[in-house]
Amino acid sequence: MQNRNSFKPVATNLPVLLPIAETAKRNALLERHEGTFRLNLTRSHLIGLIGIFLVLGGTAEAATPAGMIGPFEAIFKWMGFLLWGPEGTLKGFSLNLIISFFSMLVGTVAGVTLGLMQVSLLAPVRSGSWFVTQFFRNSPWLVLLFTIMFLFPYEIDLGFVVIPVPDWIKAVIGFSLPVMANISEVVRGAVRSLPSGQWESAESLAFNRRQTMWMIILPQCVKRMIPPWINWYCILAMATPLCSIMGVEEAVSFTTQALNAEGDRPELIPVFYSFLMIIFFVYTYPIARWSIRLEKKFAVKT
Amino acid sequence: MLDAIAPFFKDLYATTGYNFIIFYEEYEYDRFIEAIGTTINLILASLIFSLVVGIVGAWAQGTKYTVLRYCIAGYIQFFRNTPPFVQILFFYFVLGNFVPSYDAGGYQESIIGNFGWAVISLGFFAGSFNVEIFRSGIEAVPESTKEAAEALGYTRLQSYIHIVFPLAFRVCLPSLNNNLVNLLKTTTLAYGIAVPEMMYTANQIWSDNVNVPEMMIILFLFYVGMVALLVWGMHKWEKNMKIPGYG
Amino acid sequence: MNNVATDTNWTPDQPMVSIREVHKSFGDLEVLKGVSMDIMKGECICIIGPSGSGKSTLIRCVNALNDIQSGSILVEGQEVNDPELDKLELRKKVGMVFQQYNLFPHKSALENIMMAPVNVLKQDEKEVEERARMLIKKVRLEGKENSYPGELSGGQQQRVAIARSLAMTPDVMLFDEVTAALDPETVKEVLVTIQDLAEEGMTCILVTHEMGFAREVANHIYFTDRGVIVEDGSPANFFDDAKDPRTKEFLSQIL
Repeated sequence: MQNRNSFKPVATNLPVLLPIAETAKRNALLERHEGTFRLNLTRSHLIGLIGIFLVLGGTAEAATPAGMIGPFEAIFKWMGFLLWGPEGTLKGFSLNLIISFFSMLVGTVAGVTLGLMQVSLLAPVRSGSWFVTQFFRNSPWLVLLFTIMFLFPYEIDLGFVVIPVPDWIKAVIGFSLPVMANISEVVRGAVRSLPSGQWESAESLAFNRRQTMWMIILPQCVKRMIPPWINWYCILAMATPLCSIMGVEEAVSFTTQALNAEGDRPELIPVFYSFLMIIFFVYTYPIARWSIRLEKKFAVKT
Repeated sequence: MLDAIAPFFKDLYATTGYNFIIFYEEYEYDRFIEAIGTTINLILASLIFSLVVGIVGAWAQGTKYTVLRYCIAGYIQFFRNTPPFVQILFFYFVLGNFVPSYDAGGYQESIIGNFGWAVISLGFFAGSFNVEIFRSGIEAVPESTKEAAEALGYTRLQSYIHIVFPLAFRVCLPSLNNNLVNLLKTTTLAYGIAVPEMMYTANQIWSDNVNVPEMMIILFLFYVGMVALLVWGMHKWEKNMKIPGYG
Repeated sequence: MNNVATDTNWTPDQPMVSIREVHKSFGDLEVLKGVSMDIMKGECICIIGPSGSGKSTLIRCVNALNDIQSGSILVEGQEVNDPELDKLELRKKVGMVFQQYNLFPHKSALENIMMAPVNVLKQDEKEVEERARMLIKKVRLEGKENSYPGELSGGQQQRVAIARSLAMTPDVMLFDEVTAALDPETVKEVLVTIQDLAEEGMTCILVTHEMGFAREVANHIYFTDRGVIVEDGSPANFFDDAKDPRTKEFLSQIL
């Protein structure tokens, strides 16, 4: 007698709900598990953004009072400053990228560790790491950023040397916390997605837990972890402007400064902001597409 | 309420130095309660706005005018794939310039204040996800079910209310819940345009009273607590709404 | 360290695997209700019975993949139901092949076979490779050494799985319904491999539905139903002259 709980809808041409319901549910659960949706950037986005930029620029050009520089000229004038800050420094958009690299690095290392702790055999390790993961996953990024920027000391005194901690390093730490939590979930999900038969056959061959993890389970997980990992990098890169609130000298705060220098003219504001969006997009677009390509490649092989 | 807990926290401050001033001083307490109210208002208002946007968008996506369809598609892609922080700034600083203002006693005040812009921006942000969610919900109900309803004598409106909507809603619910939790976390961005919600007020309180760690703890408890509450509520609701024997 | 090398009191004239009054429950559900059997060295025994009768659970207990609530299982004199048991040492002596093959998909067939002896037994890689190639030949898969599990058929994967367990030179081999997931055409190639093993003198315990195989190759057959051994006997006695009505009913359904 079939167990009622294992009833599956029979495939007929008279469905209760169409297959799209199943897809919607699967996507919702996947999103909930991964913590976010997958970015799906396409060429038409880029074209759209450039289009908006040109339209806004065009109208701003028309609205420019006589004697002042037009928007396109202004962009050209300020572009170097926005992209890499004053001569000899790496600020502006480059700082956004630097922050994103380091946050991702720290977040990945910490996240993988935390994720492995979540599948540990020791109950306190498991619960502790689960709690930490959930805590940092569910906190708004801005709150975490604030906490670190305010509470982290501005220099670390090691006795024989005093290390200054500049703002952008605090931002790196602030961003790495939610990244760590999300990567931890990615790792845990990947490990749990392997069939239990793999664990059992490894056990039957007398592999101990450490060997099983490192030689059998984790190598198979790496492939599954890469697309969500790249997705998180894209989201992180797009989130780095948050630290402009704290005064870190990156692209958004430089844009504000540039606009101030140009007299805060209202017609320039949309042009500068859409330029900002274009440079962020141009950076994340190839990365996001690469991730989608990788996912397709991995899906076919297994 | 304040009178009941005030002595404990005053004591705490005196003995340990942990300054939870919001719990023993009336002014700060009022500010704190107001901030909770503003945050909840912000969330509810953005939520309702996003639902409206989602419904309108989902309906518009089914229209025969290609231009409208492309507009909706463009809108969705724009809001999904750009950072919400930049969206809020864009709405407030850019569009805010084009909105008429009125004379509020000597200075010009825009008719849409920063709270309004935050609601609009967050509403459009969450709404862009809702359009797709509602679309999949509507499409999940088969034609034959709608026909069966009509054959039983339901009018179109009645069949939508009694049959199509309940089914579509159950399909949408998990995604809507995800969206809601995301929205809650995104409301903190309203700080960037000085909306006096929780983060902004906490910042003000600790600037005035120099009790940063204590306020940080409160801030965390607030947000993590609310998210936990929401997630728990979501699970219960989804479990209630499950169609037995299906899925 | 608890060295589960052969208990010094065990001699080959005693049973290789001795199962005594084993009870096993999953929560409230009792799956094994007092099962006993002795398997001598070199014997090939088959356990048959309807689904849910506890056969797979039983052989998984021999390997310590499941624990038992009461009773005793002795493998070469070593008690399996011992909290101090070094499971890894036990599994060096007891090999297991699963219904779902469970090969490691990210390693080639040869690597799958070589991994355990090299990393667990710490044997020399060159020797292990030679032995692995011999095993591949033995299971009739020459030419497939460098293929990945994803490129092999079900029957081929199962044979690699058998070779993988054999590479550990176990004393006992357990087979858990190893042909149940295969097409009828490929079932034969796997059964022939197991038959060769049995004829070479390997102690085998099989849980199987393949009655023809059991009749031809087994030394002894056990019929389990609802957690107890209902009847057992040599193939001739069992198939032609079953005594218990439950056995007769089961046999009439499948033969």
